[in-house]
Amino acid sequence: MALVIESLNNALRTALEKDKHVIILGEDILDPYGGAFRVTQGLSSAKPDQILTTPVSEAGIVGVAIGMALRGFRPVIEIMFGDFITLAADQLINHATKFRFMYNDQVDVPIVIRTPMGGRRGYGPTHSQTMEKLFMGIPNLFILAPNIFNDPGQLLLNSIFSVDEPVLFVENKIQYTQDLVGEHELKDFKITQTYRPDNELDAPICDFALPIHLSFRDAPNPKVTIATYGYMADLCRQAALRLAYEDEIITDIIIFSQLLPLDVSSMYQSLENSNRLLVVEEGTITSGWGAEVIASCLEKFGNFNLQARRVASKDSPIPASSSLEQSYLPSVEDIILAVKKMV
Amino acid sequence: MNNQGLESSNPETIDRFESFYRDMLRIRRFEEKVLAEFSSGHFHGTTHTYLGQEANAVGVLEGISRDDIIVSNHRSHGHFLAYGGKMHDLFAELMGRSTGVCGGRGGSQHLHWKNFYSNGVLGGTSPIAAGMALSEKIRKRNNLTILFLGDGALGEGVVYESLNIASLWSLPILIVVENNHIAQTTPIDLNVAGDISKRFDAFGINSVKIDSSDVIEINAVARELIQRIKKDISPYSFVIDTHRFGPHSKGDDTRSEDYIMDIRKRRDPISIHAKRVTSERRSEIEKAVAIEIEEAFTAATADPFPSG
Repeated sequence: MALVIESLNNALRTALEKDKHVIILGEDILDPYGGAFRVTQGLSSAKPDQILTTPVSEAGIVGVAIGMALRGFRPVIEIMFGDFITLAADQLINHATKFRFMYNDQVDVPIVIRTPMGGRRGYGPTHSQTMEKLFMGIPNLFILAPNIFNDPGQLLLNSIFSVDEPVLFVENKIQYTQDLVGEHELKDFKITQTYRPDNELDAPICDFALPIHLSFRDAPNPKVTIATYGYMADLCRQAALRLAYEDEIITDIIIFSQLLPLDVSSMYQSLENSNRLLVVEEGTITSGWGAEVIASCLEKFGNFNLQARRVASKDSPIPASSSLEQSYLPSVEDIILAVKKMV
Repeated sequence: MNNQGLESSNPETIDRFESFYRDMLRIRRFEEKVLAEFSSGHFHGTTHTYLGQEANAVGVLEGISRDDIIVSNHRSHGHFLAYGGKMHDLFAELMGRSTGVCGGRGGSQHLHWKNFYSNGVLGGTSPIAAGMALSEKIRKRNNLTILFLGDGALGEGVVYESLNIASLWSLPILIVVENNHIAQTTPIDLNVAGDISKRFDAFGINSVKIDSSDVIEINAVARELIQRIKKDISPYSFVIDTHRFGPHSKGDDTRSEDYIMDIRKRRDPISIHAKRVTSERRSEIEKAVAIEIEEAFTAATADPFPSG
């Protein structure tokens, strides 16, 4: 199978070939370097007119992309580290996500901001964070996050061409070098899309970014439903396997690709069985994505007697030392422990 | 200006002078109406009037072509009207009516019509204007983007990111700094260090500075710069020393009455230009503008509010 980074790189190449209005902007993205994480490698050689290396100006380049989008382009921006997205926050919040609405639907702002989040590389407090939760609740923003079970490149391609609103596309540093996992390689699990569109949706959901559901074959009654996304999905899978084999605790994993707008309809069936919800994310625990998932489930599925817990990072800066870093970020053991506390 | 005075007999020149006069007067009377009617409850929200700065928008925008792009700021009414925006639509927007420029969603600071865009976050429009200029450059259309900034916006870091980008990528953009010497209530000497033009020099962007409220002088420079940008495909800046007669918003002027009277006396673009138009034509224009304002205002007050 391909690596995540290859999948993303191929998607970008395809996008550039498909439409000359796709322009990629970012710092250090030209060959031979091809970006700090090499996601854009080869692209400037293949399509030099569509790749713009930029000054170190995150707000500036997001603003430039917004201007281009207002004038008919479909720009893709690479922010080198997710931590730096705060520098572009005003452009995203007060410009990109406002224009369509405040200009009375006369314009669209189809930009995609790709950026790698996440720790476990020892980069320390300002290069290891998972910050997409800061953007939860920004109206008209789509936050999408790929995972290894659901073609990341296809998610990126669809983000570029099928969403007319600004997209924050959250990658993960560790995930880049992971292999994609097809269903036949999962063995114990089956993958389904359990999306049950309600009569009344809570949020606009991209049909290409529906949550996927990892459930154990021939074990229909999970004890705990785990909601997660991105790189944490793989840690959840590892935890689920150990829980099943070592403790005979069956869990369901529901992996979101679309974090915002959030719609939890897809969790109904699993929660109906389990009545227990564990949310797992790498961002800091307070006011995270998971808190929103829990609140949404409580509101939506009020008929369940729902028990809920969160696994996330400590509310602290992330230390650089690897021994310290590990204890601050959520691990497979943390997930196992949380599940055990619930059952 | 001696050969452009009242005695001009060239019909084209007369037309131009009258048209400048009318365009500035439309803004002046519009803004006066806005301030006067705010207390009557017709308008909702806030406003930032362009009183005293009319020559800038009118002088600069007279020189643009149909497909040029205008990026404006919180003080957008003058730019919008000079661009050709309809009074009724702007009144209606300020009243929150569905017939407003943006259906009542945007209000005073958030306007979009044709190639005109404004936003109320100071300086945040700079990279967006650069992106628009880049779009036109990539498409090899010979259109320029005009970015209006005030002296207050010069405190925002993203402006300098944008100047760097505009220069690096040789973008066809005219950055107009309307230095009205005051940011909300803070005078420029507490807000802006150093020299404004030198900021542009540092980025390799040519700039022209003018200390004038004369629409003819401003227009002459703007036309020259617009021509150069379209020829060179590179950024230029135009720093206009100007004066704001009204409050920042509605009732927040902390300057002394003497000071306001002095700038009104010395720097009123309409009085400065009046000498080039016969008194007879001036009063005709004044009447026509008054009628236009009343009709636009009255029509807007009868328009529906948006639903949903």
